[in-house]
Amino acid sequence: MQAVEKAIKEKARALLADGTVDRVLGWEKGEYCYDNTPAVFTAENLGNLVYNSFCGANLSKYLIAESKKEGRVLALLKPCDTYSFNQLVKEHRIDREKVYVLGIPCHGIADVEKLNVKGVKGIERIAEDGGTLTAQTLYGEKTCEINDVLLERCMACKGPEHMAADDVIEDTAPVELRKHDRFGMVEKLEQMTPDERFEFWRSELSKCIRCNACRNVCPACSCLKCVFDNDASGVAAKANVDTFEENMFHIIRAFHVAGRCTDCGECSRVCPQGIPLHLLNRKFIQDINKNYGEYQAGADDSSAWPLVDYTQEDVEPGAIEGGKN
Amino acid sequence: MQKIAMDRISEFFSAIAAERALYLPLKKKGAVNFGKWEEGADVDLDALHTVKSPKGLFFPQSEDLVSFKMQGKEISIDAPDAPDEKFAVFGVRACDARGMDILDRVFLSDPVDTYYAARRENGIVVTLSCSAPEETCFCSVFGIDPARPGGDVSAWIAGGFLYVKALTEKGEALLSGLSLLEAADEAEIGPAVEQVKAVMEKLPLKDLDLTGIDGSATEKLFASEKWAELSRACLGCGTCTYVCPTCQCYDIRDFDTGKEIRRYRCWDSCMYSDFTRMAHGNPRKSQVERFRQRFMHKLVYFPANNDGMYSCVGCGRCVAKCPISMNIVKVAKALGAEAKE
Repeated sequence: MQAVEKAIKEKARALLADGTVDRVLGWEKGEYCYDNTPAVFTAENLGNLVYNSFCGANLSKYLIAESKKEGRVLALLKPCDTYSFNQLVKEHRIDREKVYVLGIPCHGIADVEKLNVKGVKGIERIAEDGGTLTAQTLYGEKTCEINDVLLERCMACKGPEHMAADDVIEDTAPVELRKHDRFGMVEKLEQMTPDERFEFWRSELSKCIRCNACRNVCPACSCLKCVFDNDASGVAAKANVDTFEENMFHIIRAFHVAGRCTDCGECSRVCPQGIPLHLLNRKFIQDINKNYGEYQAGADDSSAWPLVDYTQEDVEPGAIEGGKN
Repeated sequence: MQKIAMDRISEFFSAIAAERALYLPLKKKGAVNFGKWEEGADVDLDALHTVKSPKGLFFPQSEDLVSFKMQGKEISIDAPDAPDEKFAVFGVRACDARGMDILDRVFLSDPVDTYYAARRENGIVVTLSCSAPEETCFCSVFGIDPARPGGDVSAWIAGGFLYVKALTEKGEALLSGLSLLEAADEAEIGPAVEQVKAVMEKLPLKDLDLTGIDGSATEKLFASEKWAELSRACLGCGTCTYVCPTCQCYDIRDFDTGKEIRRYRCWDSCMYSDFTRMAHGNPRKSQVERFRQRFMHKLVYFPANNDGMYSCVGCGRCVAKCPISMNIVKVAKALGAEAKE
C-alpha cells in the first residue's frame, strides 16, 4: 500500500495546486501503525497522511459536515465507502458538487482485535509484505496472514469497483476477492429455535454499554437528533436499565436503517464489546433480497430503495412464508 | 504472603463466594467484563483489561434513587435501601485500583455519596498484578506499579501458583477465613515482578511527557488552538467515557412508568450533546467544547482541585477502543508540544 499512499499524495498535491480542491479528507498517522485517525489536510500537512491496512474508518459520513463548508473537499474513499457515499447523496445529506471523490484501492482492512486474539499483542510495528503482516511486539516477532485477521466486512468484500468517483487511483497489484458466505451466519440464526435465537441475542446485546458508537459512526444514522437523545420522544435513554432497553435500541436502529444500510460494517468495527451488529442489518438485507429482488444500497445515487418504492408486484412479507415470518 | 496452586483456583473462588458475592473477569461472547462468579463460570485472568472497568461495581451505570407515586391526593415517596450486598472483586489491575482512589476523592468528599460509600464499605478489592502489559499501557507515567497493584489484597500469578497478600484490615479478614491457603515466601514472586518491570521499560508510552499540562495552566490550555483540530474527527460517542475507570459524571433523570415516576441516575458522557444542558441552553454547543472538557477535566481541572493528582491512570482503554483512534495520549502530546513552543 506504500505505492498507493504515494500515488494518493501526488494526486492530492496536484488537485490542491490547481485549485480543484482546497482540502483533503483522509487518515492521519497515529501513535502506532494501526491507530490512524480521520483528518483533514492541506498542502502544508499532507505529509502526515497515511494509507495502509489499518485505515478502516469509512470517511463518507464526515462529508455531511465537510460538504456544508466553503470550497471543495477531496475525499479518499475505498470501494466499500463509496456505497455509503452514494446513499448519503441519494438522501440529500451530502452536497455532491462540493466533493471530489478519489477512489482508492483497498486490499482489506486488518482488525486489531483479531490480531490480539491470535496472540499478536503488545504491537510496536507492523510491516506489510503482500498478504503477510510481520509484527514486532513487546513479546517478540509475530507473523500472520492479513486474510486471517480481516474485519468482517472485508471478508464479505463487495469488490474493487468504486460506485462513485471523480478519479481513481489504479490498483497495480489487485488481490483476489475473498470467498465468504455473507449470509451464512444469518441463515444459522434463522435455523435456530426461537429460544436459541433469543438466547444468542440476549447474550450479545447484554454486553451493550450504550456508548452509541455504532449509531454515531453509521452513515445511515444521519438524523440531526436521534429519537433516543430526544427528551420529548418519551424513549430517550442514556443507559440500559433493563434487558428490554438493551434489545430495543439495537432493534429500532436496525429497522430504521433497513433498506439504506450498505453493510459497510462500521457498527461492528467500532463496538467496544464486539457485538456482531452487522448480523441484524444482514438479516434485513437478506429479507429485502428475497422479497423484492437482489438489492444493494448505495450501488447508485438516485434510485428509490425497495422499502420506499411501491410496485403492484410487491409482496406481503407475512403472506409469503405463511405468516410465519 | 500466602499461596494456592492455580489448578485449585476455583476452590479459592468458591471459598470466597461462600461468604460473599464474588465479581471477577468473565468472558462472555468474546468480551471480558466483571461478572458474578458461579460454579463453571468462564473466568479469564489472561485478559489485560476488562472492556468496562470495575468502577461499575461501586458506581453502577444506572441506579434508582427514588420513586414517586400519586394515588388520589396521596403522594408516596420511596427511596431504595442503601446497597447492602457484601462482595469481593477479584482481578482488579493496578491502574483500575488507582481509578478507585480517584473516584473516592469525588464520591467520598463532602457531601458523601451514600450509595457509593455503602458499596465501598461492603466491597473488598483484590487486585492482580499484570503479567503482560501492552503497548497502550502508560500507568507508570502516573507513578503506578503494575506489579504492586494495591487494593485490600494484592495477588500475583507465578510459577503455577496464585500468591495473595493482605494490605488492609478488610483484606486480612478475607484471607483469614480461607483455610485452603498455605504460607509462602515473598521471594517466590520475585522473578514474575522482575519480568513485568522489564516489559515496562520497553513500553512506547512510558516517557509520555505531561510537562506544562497541569492545574496551573488552565487558561492557556483552555485557549489552545489545537482543540479544533484534535476534536475534528470525534464522533461524539461515549466509548472513551464509559470504558474509563475514572470518568464519574452522571445524569439524573425521571422515568415515567405509567404508574409511578422512577428517578434514577446513570453514567453521563461529556461527549454527548445534552451534557450540562440547563434550562437556558447548553454552555458547550459544539463537539470541540465537549471534547476539550473531557481532557481539561482529566489533565487540568482535576489536578487543580486534588493536589496535582491527574484523573487518568494510563490504563489505555480509550487508546484501544476509540472508534476513530483519538485519545488522551494524542491530546497530551499535542498540548505538550504547544506548551514547549
